Amino acid sequence: MNLRRRRLRDGLMVGLLLLGTLLVLLPLVMILAYVFVQGVGALNWNFFTQGPRPPGEAGGGMLPAIVGSLIIDFIALAIAAVFGLAAGVVLAEYPDHRLNPLLRLVSDVMAGLPAILMGLVAFALVVRPMGHFSGFSGAVALALLMIPIIARATEGVLRLIPWELREAGLALGLPRWRVILNLVLPAAKGGILTGLMLALARGAGEAAPLLFTAFGNPFLVFDPLRPMDSLPLKIYVYAISPYEDWHRQAWGAALLLAFLIMISSYLARRALRARGQGG
Amino acid sequence: MPHWLYRKLGDRIFAWVVLLLAFGVVLAALLVAWELLRGGWLAFRTFGFWGFLTGREWNAVSERFGAWPPLLGTLLTSAAALALAFFPSLAAAIFSVEYAPRWLREPLAFMVDLLAALPSVVYGLWGIFVLAPLVRNVLELPLFGWAAAQAPWLVPVLGPPTGIGLLSSVLVLALMIVPYASSLARDAIALVPREQKEAMYALGATRWEVVRLVVVPYARGGIFAGVVLALARALGETMAVTMLIGNSVQLPFTFFGPAATMASAIANEFTEATGDLHLSSLLALGFVLLLIALLTNLGANLVLAHLRSREVKR
Repeated sequence: MNLRRRRLRDGLMVGLLLLGTLLVLLPLVMILAYVFVQGVGALNWNFFTQGPRPPGEAGGGMLPAIVGSLIIDFIALAIAAVFGLAAGVVLAEYPDHRLNPLLRLVSDVMAGLPAILMGLVAFALVVRPMGHFSGFSGAVALALLMIPIIARATEGVLRLIPWELREAGLALGLPRWRVILNLVLPAAKGGILTGLMLALARGAGEAAPLLFTAFGNPFLVFDPLRPMDSLPLKIYVYAISPYEDWHRQAWGAALLLAFLIMISSYLARRALRARGQGG
Repeated sequence: MPHWLYRKLGDRIFAWVVLLLAFGVVLAALLVAWELLRGGWLAFRTFGFWGFLTGREWNAVSERFGAWPPLLGTLLTSAAALALAFFPSLAAAIFSVEYAPRWLREPLAFMVDLLAALPSVVYGLWGIFVLAPLVRNVLELPLFGWAAAQAPWLVPVLGPPTGIGLLSSVLVLALMIVPYASSLARDAIALVPREQKEAMYALGATRWEVVRLVVVPYARGGIFAGVVLALARALGETMAVTMLIGNSVQLPFTFFGPAATMASAIANEFTEATGDLHLSSLLALGFVLLLIALLTNLGANLVLAHLRSREVKR
């Protein structure tokens, strides 16, 4: 091949790569712009302070969904944090344990499972025995989703803590559990919190596992043993409804949700990058 | 001196507690499989495992449930979305590492990752109100009109040009899986040793030749891992697809017309399922989805391990 043809092909490829990148970014910009423009109009005082009106009636708001989302997500995070952190500690601090490869395989596989399966399992485990839908069963479904995320994040951060720190603690006569609890975990606090935040952001956007667990509820409830609404669930229900005003509110809820999730993933990303450069 | 119990028992108790909790994760995973299998048992017993898997009819009225239509829908949408998303996501990864100016790299990576952070329902909402009308007016109606005039035999293959159906859901799915394919590819491309690239440049290679002959072959493990992650994501994606695919389990599927995937069938029918057999069939569908996700993950692990071992030998 002569040089001219190679140069030509080089230039052509730059163009193609640029085109591919634009193809990826253009829809993103479109989605964000559209959610923003449509959503801003729907956000007002009523949106945050009122419950939904009967179908077809204009007005009302998302208060039950916002409260429900908060309750379900934080119960899920509390459940998932206990198991996820423990799994992360075992993976990073007891690397020679016999169960370690099994645990790693399981947490990897779990991370790749479709979210809706977690809803099915929570339905079979919690909803069916209890006889009715509940916010708690939704939290169980989301917790199953969050556990592998927390476990992986925790393991990743703990591996960044130098072994010298542990050895220094052991040399001072501290038992291993005190080394982990009082030296390693505090040193990794920032990274662990980032992992928790990522898990929360992931769970907060999921509607599929909640369809037949939390189910939805137009009334404001604080009792997690009753059916509960959540923002993603409400977006889904409103989006496929025939009412103009509900579509408007769905855009408002989408803006709120997208905003919260973008902020948290931006913060998590910044925290992770600071760690990478500092350490 | 601390009490001897503190020394002797502390480590043991801590290790036991942590191990028990961690084992809870393993238990939870086994529970997922067990509950789906138990829930779907009635369906598997009624139709037989292969009978259920290959049954071409999914009908709640006549209580005949075969998984083939939703299974086909899942495989079709995932494969098509992957085919659509592969080159753009690879291009975005290559561009953001090898071509973009330094100041642009971080924002580009962040933007692509944002695509992954956006909730599925937001894609679905956008899909219903923006993408579906766009697809109908720009792609489906002109094509349908052309087919009706020039090639009438194409009309039944294309299906009704409503904007809600297979084509729209494939497009939105492709968009959603781009970041998964792209971010792993990006990480792998960033790890390509600078010396290898410089050696190629020193031999007089153009930039594209360096990318094609050094960067892509070196990063193929990461690129492949990204593809599998994207595929796993596409197989199980629920909300956006449910909102856009039109949820029809009637075979044959058409290009524009409504269809269903396993996840969308579960999401759409589960709360409305009245009969035991219907409910059980949906859980059995979940079990099949689980098997496919497991096979995808394990297969990918095997191939990656193979790639790595070959690299060590070289």
